Amino acid sequence: MASKISGGAVLRAAARIIVLLFFLFPIFWVFLMSFQTNQQILRIPPSIFFTPTLENYTALFSGRLQTASGSLDIAFIKNLLNSIILSSCSVLIALILGVPAAYAFARFKFRLGENIAFTLLSFRFAPPLLVLVPLVAYFQMIGLSDTYIGLIWVYQLICLPLILWIVRGYFEDISPDIEHAYRVDGHSWAKTFFKIAIPLARPGIAAAALLSFIFAWNNFVFALILASADKQPVTVGALAFVTSAGIQYGIIAAAIVLSVTPTLLLALYAQRYLVEGLSLGAVKG
Amino acid sequence: MATATLKGRPTLTRRPARHRLLPYLLSLPALLVCIGILVPFATAVAYSLQRYNSSLPYLRKWIWWGNYQTFLTDSAFWNTVYVSLSYTIWTVGIELLLGLAIALLLQRTTRFNNAAAIACLLPLMIAPALAALMWKLMTNPDFGILSYLVGLIGLSDFRWASSPSTAMFTVVLIDVWVYTPFIMILLLAGLRALPRQPFEAAELDGVPASFVFFRITLPMLMPYILTAVLFRLLDAIQQFDIVYAMTQGGPGDRLMVFQVQAYLERFQYLNVGRSAAFLMVLWLITFILSNLFIKNWLRLRERARGAV
Repeated sequence: MASKISGGAVLRAAARIIVLLFFLFPIFWVFLMSFQTNQQILRIPPSIFFTPTLENYTALFSGRLQTASGSLDIAFIKNLLNSIILSSCSVLIALILGVPAAYAFARFKFRLGENIAFTLLSFRFAPPLLVLVPLVAYFQMIGLSDTYIGLIWVYQLICLPLILWIVRGYFEDISPDIEHAYRVDGHSWAKTFFKIAIPLARPGIAAAALLSFIFAWNNFVFALILASADKQPVTVGALAFVTSAGIQYGIIAAAIVLSVTPTLLLALYAQRYLVEGLSLGAVKG
Repeated sequence: MATATLKGRPTLTRRPARHRLLPYLLSLPALLVCIGILVPFATAVAYSLQRYNSSLPYLRKWIWWGNYQTFLTDSAFWNTVYVSLSYTIWTVGIELLLGLAIALLLQRTTRFNNAAAIACLLPLMIAPALAALMWKLMTNPDFGILSYLVGLIGLSDFRWASSPSTAMFTVVLIDVWVYTPFIMILLLAGLRALPRQPFEAAELDGVPASFVFFRITLPMLMPYILTAVLFRLLDAIQQFDIVYAMTQGGPGDRLMVFQVQAYLERFQYLNVGRSAAFLMVLWLITFILSNLFIKNWLRLRERARGAV
């Protein structure tokens, strides 16, 4: 009997290891590749033992790559900068637009209220190309094509529903009694909102902001269609690498590592809120 | 603006009026964004009813259902439907089974299990386009570690995404790698939120584990499973990033899912009308799915709010 139980336990432990291996090995392997020279990468059989080199990263940061056929410009740092600008500005705008609206939906029953809330939610599920294809023409018309502002506006499609529905849930969880008491004391509505409601919902707002940053960072299709090389974030920029001649595999790996590190770190930092964010507030972690 | 007109009125009527307008003012920006998006949506509907090729603008003309009618006999359209549906069914099916199995495996709250759940979540936090790039490096025929490993077990001619017979398998594998954690983490949260009593009673009565799973765990977990699966169905039917980054719909038309097909129609063949018609068909599917989803999601959300 005892050996039977431990047999099951061994099996389960083995299953856990296999699961971890499956999910973590690709990250581990690409991380290793980013510290290898082309010769080391092309070795057969592949090996995890090698003398690490930083040349891939220095090539990315210096923006120049010396090859046999001459030197090559790499604009990856520009892509990284674009990702930072696009994601953080999008989240900031979405917070400014979304938090008051979330408060309105949580505290007031008003005509159109639920309609707006659900229309915003449905954007999360509509095919993005459906909006993007006509938007190309409109942006050319109003001069927003290939601008940060235009892109940030479109990024609201990802950030706004997320912020709205998560923060709304947090506001709904807070009893309105505290706000009422503060109002009865003679404070204005605005003061109540900024001094009472927002501080109480701060963890939810922070979680929603972190998550929408991750989703904005990971977006690919918006910038693929609306941005030229000058405004492209890492997701599009890294893909352009693969097709450009003369780029070494180690540099691609290093670019991937630099591109995914920010979101992985943020996810680890915000792990408590991930479940709630991923389910748009329907499941609590 | 609206509040300004109220100035000068007696304070008694002013307060309730302001109060009624307040929610509108607060949600006005969100409303404007809605309108800003609904305009291009209406334009897309109009495009789909036109013969409109942007390289031949003078031939632009309303043909109403013309684009949709040609779909009926168009093998490219039916190929897209077939590829999209098989991609969706394979990915979501495998992800549900795997996600449920892993959630059950990590169900007990121990330090190792919690750390493992977070570790498994990492692929989900990587941009799908970059995840595809990672797998591209690993399946490269010259130096890819996976190509080497399958070579060791005798499959030396396994060509992953570049062969028509294994391309679907490869992108499904990448999708499973990226999105299984999504289902896993929702079901894990659901499992851990289930009430204890039925399980304790079953244990006291000595009910077999399979009975507990199929008659207690699974039914109680169903709202979570439904929400997670519908969420994934909605995303999978709209797959773009992974397929585009891996093969741009190739080899041939083997991976032409809806959005990749529509993208190529628009930006390669400049056929705006046909591209919009493809997207409208996809939109109709997602519209039906999202209505189903929102119903389940609201139920689950109310439960989460009620449990506080």
